[in-house]
Amino acid sequence: MNFTINVWRQNGPKEKGKIATYQVSDISNDMSFLEMMDVLNNELIGKDQDPIAFDHDCREGICGMCSMFINGEAHGPDRLVTTCQLHMRKFKNGQTITIEPFRANAFPVIKDLVVDRSSFDRIQQAGGFISVNTSGNTQDANSIPIEKNDADRAFDAATCIGCGACVASCKNASAMLFVSAKVSQYSLLPQGKVEATDRVLNMVNQMDEEGFGNCTNTGACEVECPKGISIENIARMNREMLKASLK
Amino acid sequence: MSKLKSEIPEGSLAEKWTKHKAKIPLVSPANKRQIDVIVVGTGLAGSSAAASLAELGYNVKAFCFQDSPRRAHSIAAQGGINAAKNYQNDGDSVFRLFYDTIKGGDYRSREANVHRLAEVSTNIIDQCVAQGVPFAREYGGLLDNRSFGGVQVSRTFYAKGQTGQQLLLGAYSALSRQVAKGRVELLSRHEMVELVVVDGKSRGIIARNLVTGQLERHSAHAVLLCTGGYGNVFYLSTNAMGSNVTAAWKAHKKGAFMANPCFTQIHPTCIPVSGDSQSKLTLMSESLRNDGRIWVPKKIEDAQAIREGTIKPTDLPEEERDYYLERRYPAFGNLVPRDVASRAAKERCDAGFGVNKTGEAVYLDFSSAIERFGAEAAHVRGIQNPSDKDIKKLGERVIESKYGNLFQMYEKITAQNPYQTPMMIYPAVHYTMGGVWVDYNLMTTVPGLFALGEANFSDHGANRLGASALMQGLADGYFVAPYTIGTYLAKDIVTGKISTKSPEFEEAENNARKRIEGFLNNNGNTPVESFHRDLGKIMWSQCGMARNEKGLKKAIADIRSLRDKFYAEVKVTGKMNEMNPELDKAGRVADFLELGELMCMDALAREESCGGHFREEYQSKEGEAVRKDDEFAFVSAWEFSENDPGKSKLHKEELSFENVELNTRSYK
Repeated sequence: MNFTINVWRQNGPKEKGKIATYQVSDISNDMSFLEMMDVLNNELIGKDQDPIAFDHDCREGICGMCSMFINGEAHGPDRLVTTCQLHMRKFKNGQTITIEPFRANAFPVIKDLVVDRSSFDRIQQAGGFISVNTSGNTQDANSIPIEKNDADRAFDAATCIGCGACVASCKNASAMLFVSAKVSQYSLLPQGKVEATDRVLNMVNQMDEEGFGNCTNTGACEVECPKGISIENIARMNREMLKASLK
Repeated sequence: MSKLKSEIPEGSLAEKWTKHKAKIPLVSPANKRQIDVIVVGTGLAGSSAAASLAELGYNVKAFCFQDSPRRAHSIAAQGGINAAKNYQNDGDSVFRLFYDTIKGGDYRSREANVHRLAEVSTNIIDQCVAQGVPFAREYGGLLDNRSFGGVQVSRTFYAKGQTGQQLLLGAYSALSRQVAKGRVELLSRHEMVELVVVDGKSRGIIARNLVTGQLERHSAHAVLLCTGGYGNVFYLSTNAMGSNVTAAWKAHKKGAFMANPCFTQIHPTCIPVSGDSQSKLTLMSESLRNDGRIWVPKKIEDAQAIREGTIKPTDLPEEERDYYLERRYPAFGNLVPRDVASRAAKERCDAGFGVNKTGEAVYLDFSSAIERFGAEAAHVRGIQNPSDKDIKKLGERVIESKYGNLFQMYEKITAQNPYQTPMMIYPAVHYTMGGVWVDYNLMTTVPGLFALGEANFSDHGANRLGASALMQGLADGYFVAPYTIGTYLAKDIVTGKISTKSPEFEEAENNARKRIEGFLNNNGNTPVESFHRDLGKIMWSQCGMARNEKGLKKAIADIRSLRDKFYAEVKVTGKMNEMNPELDKAGRVADFLELGELMCMDALAREESCGGHFREEYQSKEGEAVRKDDEFAFVSAWEFSENDPGKSKLHKEELSFENVELNTRSYK
């Protein structure tokens, strides 16, 4: 298959960026999207041009490092996959593919398609933990039974990979889905209840300080989330927030 | 020849760790505040160690090359984590976990280390639950378990197919809490490019900031390498694209011995290679072997017809299928250890029974499990005389609840529906048991330099059992290194801040700069990736699932000439002081090109077959591995010398077995 690739090129955080156009040919059906990018980059190197910088690591959809806004969608046209698991069979021969970085004020571009998502780390540091020191003497793991349904829902929330697709897909660049997934995980577990009040206040406060937008319930985040994180988590976080502010 | 001091404590096996812990000198809280510790890598071992050391009061700097510590490749571990909790009352115990691990490792690991691992395994589960890790639970609210290869009890704790993710996010949350407190300074998008040794002690690192390209000096009283394994030396592996050996290799070149480098784990159940442009391989969790049955056609004509697409696997009746693991190993069946399962798949495919276009794939079939679960579900629901269709539907639902995410992943990659047709799988490089040599305290041969998790060699011998990597990473990081580091640091409390202005730091930084400039000024025209691919082909064909003297000698010569070609012809675009992923890759591949040679040398020197190391010259008539305990019950520890991997010197640490009898490993 052959494709026309429009891709965002930007040399550094303060430089001006623009769309550049390249052609790729002989791309097989079974290639992943990033393998197609590898082919393009090796061709660029052959022509003495700077390859396109993009984030990627595990290439199996779990590390959350790959990003890319492909033809107007975070992680491209397929559902429930990250860019690294998107395959070229999802595109038509001869198609034009436009690739941009995940855009948000809180995700400044570092180079080309690489953005700085350390704001997510800082939100986690604001309260995304249970304050328990390492010790060989915590109580036995089975001493508190947890209802299976709660454990399963906590797990579903905890499968968020922190890629930022929710932010990139939101017209307000809101990080509510990401933050609420973490808040939900802990609020559903007895171990997380002790610090629930401070956690939600601190994490939401940090989210606002980082410059993420507000949630206006459009639900775009849920549609584009590669892990299918539900917006029920946002509702749960709003309830947690209300409870916390009444204390 | 220097003698390797393993520092294994005296006393009976079960008491060694407790007694040793009691004797480790303590560092007072006031003194801890004066001591800096560098942790390189933020996977399970690194994140847990950094968090725990910071809680104790040390000043910690944590480095990772990813954009966030949460992305380290531990995140991709699927199946589970072992612990000797005996919640299932099926006869598990610390001793049994110890014994299974020693046996699984084909008697090439240290008894004392493995017993300690089994002892602390239970603490890990307690700690993780307290952190809010959402393990799978039963309806009564208690933790659920499943089985993994090479064992006959259910001791594996899991969180669907994302156990590594959940454990890493737990450790990352503990780390984040310490970052918030100012106890840990986090340096993401940083890569260690040199170890700095001052007066024979590890005193810091040179790191490259991968955003600005600047070289930075960081000093510390101790450095912990938690940098994972080196499976990417094979180019295609289940490792992440960025996983590399650079930190460990730079330490090796500064005096840290590499132990058993040839011990590589080839995982039996990965999605087969589909084409030349493939950049990585994807694992299908070992947990699938709980319910999936592995087979190839009995008749070679059928295998050929399947390859040509004239018949489908579902067309073949039961009696025409060869469930070769069940046939060869009736006691363990599809749950034999990984090395055994991988070799058996290779044997069938080499004999012409492979089932995909390349002839390198076997089936992993869930149809019997779907039928069994479906019938069970129908019975529970009181459905009388259910139709085959109903049973299939109900069974598929059970399978989906157990392995849904893995089935989805398989379908996304291969465009085939594994509920309808059996999965195709083939072995792929997954884990490296070998690594930096460490003593019982996890200290390397460079004083002050420690290695944790997959980066060290100590616990898995010649083959790692499933669900044991997560256990070891967290054991080292939470419960071992934070204690044992005291043996070294207690002597370092009066040293004071380490200066980064010493000639040693200067020299290390200059070396790194020269190396980088060498790449950028090279007038070659071949991209880095091409050399990496070629190295991978050599390693896979000569130092992979089967090895022999002739092949290994050829591989050594081929790697040496490939290395010369690399320095003559490699082309790296861009500049030094900017984000430059090609430059990062060049540095990593340069180190793989040296490591590969050492791995082949190690494989050549070990004239026996054990675990994942299978020398064709040493096999029984039935094709099983033949170990030679009289000559090779030792750890190979290689010392870098004369600036040439080919001139590395072999040191031997004899392994003594006082608590288990060395038997021929049998899973029949």
